[in-house]
Amino acid sequence: MHVVIVGAGEVGTSIAASLAPDHEVVVVDVDPDRAEQLKYELDVLTIAGDGTTAGIQTAADVGDADMVIACTDDDRTNLVTCGTAKTLGDAFTIARVKSTEYLRTWEDTRGAFGVDFMVCTDLLTAQNIVRVIGLPAAIDVDPFASGLVQMAEFEISAESPVAGQTVSEADRFESLTFVGIFRNGEMIIPRGDTDIGAGDRAVVIGSPESVQSFANDVAPETTPDRADEIVIVGGSEIGYQTARLLEERDFTPRLIERDPGRARTLAEDLPNTVVMEHDATDTEFLSREHVDEADIVVTALGSDEQNLLVSVLAKRLGVDRVIAVVDSPDYVTVFEEIGIDIAINPRTVTAEEITRFTYESIAENIAVLENDQAEVLELELTEGSRFAGRSIAELVEETDVRFVIGAITRDHALVTPRGDTVLEPGDHVVLLVDSDSVSEIASMA
Amino acid sequence: MTTRIRVGWRASVGLTGDVLTALPVPLSFPLLVALYYGESPLPFIAAIAVSLALGVAFRSVKDPEVDLGPREAFLAVAMIWLLVAVVGAIPFVAAGVGTVAHPVNAMFESMSGLTTTGATVLVDFSLHSRSVMMWRQVIQWLGGLGILILATAVLSELGVGGAQLMETESQTQDVNKLTPKISRTAQLIWGIYFGLTGLAVVVYFLLGLAVDPRMDLYNAVAHAFTSVATAGFSPEPLSVGAFHPLIQWAVVPFMVIGSTSFILIYFAINGEPMRLLRNEEFHFYLGAMGTLASVVALGLFLDPSISFGAEATVRHAVFNVASIVTTTGYASTDYVLWAPAAKHMLFMAMFIGGMVGSTTCSIKSLRWLVALKSFRRNLYTAIHPEAVRPVRITGKPVDEGAIRDIYAYLLLSIVIFFLLTVVIVVDAERADLRVTEFEALGAAATTFLNIGPAFGEAGPYGTFASFPMSTRAVMIVLMWIGRIEIIPVLVLFTKAFWTS
Repeated sequence: MHVVIVGAGEVGTSIAASLAPDHEVVVVDVDPDRAEQLKYELDVLTIAGDGTTAGIQTAADVGDADMVIACTDDDRTNLVTCGTAKTLGDAFTIARVKSTEYLRTWEDTRGAFGVDFMVCTDLLTAQNIVRVIGLPAAIDVDPFASGLVQMAEFEISAESPVAGQTVSEADRFESLTFVGIFRNGEMIIPRGDTDIGAGDRAVVIGSPESVQSFANDVAPETTPDRADEIVIVGGSEIGYQTARLLEERDFTPRLIERDPGRARTLAEDLPNTVVMEHDATDTEFLSREHVDEADIVVTALGSDEQNLLVSVLAKRLGVDRVIAVVDSPDYVTVFEEIGIDIAINPRTVTAEEITRFTYESIAENIAVLENDQAEVLELELTEGSRFAGRSIAELVEETDVRFVIGAITRDHALVTPRGDTVLEPGDHVVLLVDSDSVSEIASMA
Repeated sequence: MTTRIRVGWRASVGLTGDVLTALPVPLSFPLLVALYYGESPLPFIAAIAVSLALGVAFRSVKDPEVDLGPREAFLAVAMIWLLVAVVGAIPFVAAGVGTVAHPVNAMFESMSGLTTTGATVLVDFSLHSRSVMMWRQVIQWLGGLGILILATAVLSELGVGGAQLMETESQTQDVNKLTPKISRTAQLIWGIYFGLTGLAVVVYFLLGLAVDPRMDLYNAVAHAFTSVATAGFSPEPLSVGAFHPLIQWAVVPFMVIGSTSFILIYFAINGEPMRLLRNEEFHFYLGAMGTLASVVALGLFLDPSISFGAEATVRHAVFNVASIVTTTGYASTDYVLWAPAAKHMLFMAMFIGGMVGSTTCSIKSLRWLVALKSFRRNLYTAIHPEAVRPVRITGKPVDEGAIRDIYAYLLLSIVIFFLLTVVIVVDAERADLRVTEFEALGAAATTFLNIGPAFGEAGPYGTFASFPMSTRAVMIVLMWIGRIEIIPVLVLFTKAFWTS
């Protein structure tokens, strides 16, 4: 694969390093020194220049590239890079952005800016934090349909209350669907009377809220419940997104932000979060508000120094788990060495997401399960789709392909799939399918 | 030293002139009624002549160079409500019959009509011609239309009728953008008002044909004019109580709809009923009305001196509570005779009011809802001083400035209400009249909050003519101030308004 990476910062370098062994990689950066330096660090071709221009892109042979990854620190540079690349050829374009507004625009009008896949750093980091907080028991978690739908895979331990139940007993949630059970490496399509045993791996698809509830059933010991105290320190975009995602999962976090104006904005946008306007380094305030009794503290302040200070303070006060956002990748280990439970670096998260994406698939939003036995994919039904106008029961009747529809979103709202649910053009369908039948299903939709 | 006047008063006077020259159109309706029944059309011809003369004179002052800004609009609103009431009083004086032949009484009746209050100084209804009685109804309908114009469309930026509050509500934040053009929005809102009035005529008339011959076309039109306008005049001395129970039930929904936000009604008609059904102010408004009606019904059941029967007890409780909460002022029975507990419930109901963006008067549900939520927030921040908790209505945060304005408005309303109560008591004592404190409280609330009847002599089957002339003059001013929500009138008395 011929891959062009624009931007040789931490994200770009990290992606280049993981792709270089197997692919032909060209890295473009405006800074000639940086480009020169990278040439010796990695086995890649480097070009110094403005990656948004057709001249430089032609030099990098974007016209014949399979993939263009725009990952500079500037959102607009990345969007323009992808736009230019689309006029030169048909490479798959990936853009890294900070602004969730651009992500929203891109999601609402697929193909906007000539971007095929967009990675929003702050949102991704928040998703990671929420996953670490909310679903520590899950083996695999993937968002679909712009986060409206979540797929999660859990290993059922012998102590789990779910072990020994049937699927219909375990599935107490309106918007949750059991799509697959892996037992001794074999996939079973679950039915209502299928037993769930210890050691099984269950794959569920549903609203983030129902997946969270299910996780509570599967692993009540490790999964936080609604009563758990979660405190987010710092109303940065990451702090805000974390609170928002936690609200979606029925948690009621507290968020501490020093700036009065920002605190007011956050309080307006987060109806189920208690926003407090104060300096989080004030220990008197922290103990008065019983932050020491919190189960989880997330620090998402503006600088690493502040996050370090608050994290250490929280640990000293006796908080169970402290999760810190660390801006500089070099400090991640430092944080963890001094006792912070988890340090998350937004750049690393972004680079990993883009790299994962280049490995898995470039065509659809997809998740591969259990050594590629099955895949979960999201399909958008077109006018001429064979799925459109049919009920799910009819579809299952008509083909012998093994698949289970886990969730449907229609006009940005979740529709719970039932046998008599009739699919419509424009629906996004998230389904689990046998790996051998992926192309068959994709051609039907 | 001369102070420069910085209000473009010519524009305000010009706009008032425009309204006055248009007034002959509604005046011609009772004129036609007079001709139909063979009564004297002279009272209306006189009013039309005065209206046209004043209108033309005012328009000649107009200066096309001066724009109609907020100050000019405040002045214009105050002038229009005053002068239309003056012209509206002319037919009563010109007809020269009964109590309203006196100019102060005529002005009281006209102002009570235009402000959709519904308090009357008539004593003997049978003295008056059918056309004059119809004019009382028409002027109330005009008052309802006028307040809708202020509250929802053309002048919503002045914040009269709670219009600035509507922008703080999520469901109606785009109140000015139903359509890109404000005149088009106004037409839509008026269309609903006309449509509802027409529907009321049809419903009342058909029910009249079916069950009650007294509800003829004349009465159907007369009551349709004053139910959607939540106004309350009736040509019948027994108000809606004169008609069959079925008709009384049929009036309730029209009063309730008249007090519902017309913006939300518009959305409901256009396929978005959830905006209305999920609106918290709507819940509060219906909830307050339902709770009070239940308590009053219970009180009536338990009162040994009253024996209505089950249906009538519920009907009288629902009808009279709805009539007062919506600020209409009809009555289905003389509730002056009820026990004090039930009467005090009705007194309390006077302060609630319907939804913003409707023809309702009084304080309005949204203000209470915001005030209560804000108070609850204060209880929370007393324990957690650092917590930032926006007050939310239907999920959307309310601006802190708007909350302060609402507190100020509530306080100002209560203060004016108390002052008026004191004036009524003192003036009655001066004139050697027996007015109990409760009656004075009721009369003050009902006029200032534009509801209609009160208690005692001023009850639904009584008359405000029993108060001294001086009290009635004060009431005229307070009905005027109360209807246009205090501020547009009070700003006229500040120096800053005129000079800075």
